[in-house]
Amino acid sequence: MAQTGEPEDVAARHDPLYERMSESADFVELRRRHRRFVLPATIAFLTWYLLFVVMSNWASGFMKTQVVGNLNVALVFGLLQFVTTFLIAYLYSGYSIKRLDPLAGQLNDEYEKERRA
Amino acid sequence: MNDTVLTVILFTIVVGITVAVTVRASRTTSGTGDYFAGGRSFSGVQNGLAIGGDYMSAASFLGISGAIALYGYDGFLYSIGFLVAWLVALLLVAEMLRNSGKFTMADQLAYRMKQRPVRTAAATSTVVVSIFYLLAQMVGAGLLVRLLLDIDADNTLGVSAVIAAVGALMVFYVTVGGMKGTTYVQIVKAVLLMTGSALIVVLVLVKFNFNISDMLGTAQSNSGKPLLDPGLQYGKTFTSKLDFLSLGLALVLGTAGLPHILVRFYTVPTARDARKSVLWAIGIIGVFYLFTLVLGFGAAALLNTGPDSGVATSKGNLASPLLAEEVGGGAGSTGGAILLALISAVAFATILAVVAGLVLTSSTSVAHDIYNSVLRKGTATEREEIRMTRFAAAGIGIVAIALAIPARNLNIAFLVALAFAVAASANLPSLVYNLFWRRFNTRGAVWSIYGGLTSALVLVFFSPVVSGKTGVDAEGNTITAALFPLGVDFHWFPLENPGLVSIPLGFFLGWLGTVTSKEQSAEDRYTELEVRALTGAGSEKASGH
Repeated sequence: MAQTGEPEDVAARHDPLYERMSESADFVELRRRHRRFVLPATIAFLTWYLLFVVMSNWASGFMKTQVVGNLNVALVFGLLQFVTTFLIAYLYSGYSIKRLDPLAGQLNDEYEKERRA
Repeated sequence: MNDTVLTVILFTIVVGITVAVTVRASRTTSGTGDYFAGGRSFSGVQNGLAIGGDYMSAASFLGISGAIALYGYDGFLYSIGFLVAWLVALLLVAEMLRNSGKFTMADQLAYRMKQRPVRTAAATSTVVVSIFYLLAQMVGAGLLVRLLLDIDADNTLGVSAVIAAVGALMVFYVTVGGMKGTTYVQIVKAVLLMTGSALIVVLVLVKFNFNISDMLGTAQSNSGKPLLDPGLQYGKTFTSKLDFLSLGLALVLGTAGLPHILVRFYTVPTARDARKSVLWAIGIIGVFYLFTLVLGFGAAALLNTGPDSGVATSKGNLASPLLAEEVGGGAGSTGGAILLALISAVAFATILAVVAGLVLTSSTSVAHDIYNSVLRKGTATEREEIRMTRFAAAGIGIVAIALAIPARNLNIAFLVALAFAVAASANLPSLVYNLFWRRFNTRGAVWSIYGGLTSALVLVFFSPVVSGKTGVDAEGNTITAALFPLGVDFHWFPLENPGLVSIPLGFFLGWLGTVTSKEQSAEDRYTELEVRALTGAGSEKASGH
């Protein structure tokens, strides 16, 4: 493996502008808003999906229960995974347009302005 | 023969369209930004369609419907896992990757780490995952043509000729069209696939007066198996249940680690467009996987799926084309022949588009990460980088073809699930750590990539899929259901899908490598990576046309 210290091997020193941006109140807020949505949403959909897989394996008696006609709980549960996927995607879209994009856009503009200066 | 002529005409039309599109796109391609990232100028909708075209492979169209036709509900897991997985890409990866990378998966690791080790590792896993995925597509192409031209399973000459032709086309797309050409091919394919499968779905539902419950009931009674209940394929033993869990995990975590999907996020101007394209992709892919439910259960309801049927002997891979023939009027009828040829042409387009995306992505990584950044230390010109891509495309194609021949007796969706397991074990941990964990560093990245990759490959090699698995043929004889012939058995890993072990291992090694080494520069540069990923400040711009 290559040794540390070879100039072409180490990522170049970064622009101090990024340091200032990362400490700005706007950026701290943007990061908070981003994580506040994506982390809980990820935990939620992964848990919900794994619940579906685990129940298919170890609760097959319940999953075989008929709901309507030949449709059983297992198939309904599977179709609900489609519904929740569409729903989370829709909610994230709305959330990011309202809560993330304006802040990100504003920070990006500031960056462009300072770069030109 | 009339049917053959029709088939040849339709195949020629499909190939002709894609070639024309590729040549057209090549006229506006100049330089690496165009060649590798399509000039970053596709719209969210265009890229959403292209993602659909890139993602819905032979595994989705042929493999899943076949798995549902044979195993019912247990096959449905593929549809669900393949879709839910998109939330990982949407929430954790797409936008941040667009802002922090350039051409390949390795770019965003190299952004804050030691270039050479991380680029070498990421390029290696890119090539391995793509080859796994490619050989599944090759198996699909061989099967389709075998069905259409009525070639015997033993006629290796005929099948090899087809595979060689697909190989030549794929090198053409990549050499001439680059990312622009490939993107247009994928868009055309997505439209063809959605239209073609919608047509079959409607024709199937007409047979049941749009009564889905009736179709499900007929599927059970016609096949004589409890298709609607969980566990038909995986429910027998505790080990097979663990296999189901392992498969489920690989499916949901694999998508966001697939290199040919990740690079699609670079083809749009901004992170907002990357998000929009994933939303479109989720819509298209979601509808398509609902179609697979009708195709699969429809095939079980309308076709013979007994042990000596065409569906069963092809491991389910031919369920969709045979279903098309049935709803068109049955074997021997003109309508049946037309629909069979049409759906096969659509499936062929599906394969071509996915193959083009896979080969472009993996050869780009060889040229950009290994050749330019590692061997030439960044001094290669754009021309040299593109020329290298072409050599790499040919090499990768040859390896995939060579591996496809022994793998031709496996279900395509199953083969692709192995690629997903490798992607989830080798690529996803380092991607997620890199974007969300300041402390993450070179050793962590290298350990998680090589560790995840090696463990997944070793476990597959010693699994029942490679040796030891047996099945029963139509006459009741025991036959091999593994890659190796009957009698060769060196498997010791009980599961067919390695994800349950190799994915946690990839995450664990990423953590272990990181905490056992200190790399101040990687932590410092995280500040820049994070700001750039979240705001887009300083990200790669679209080219001006």
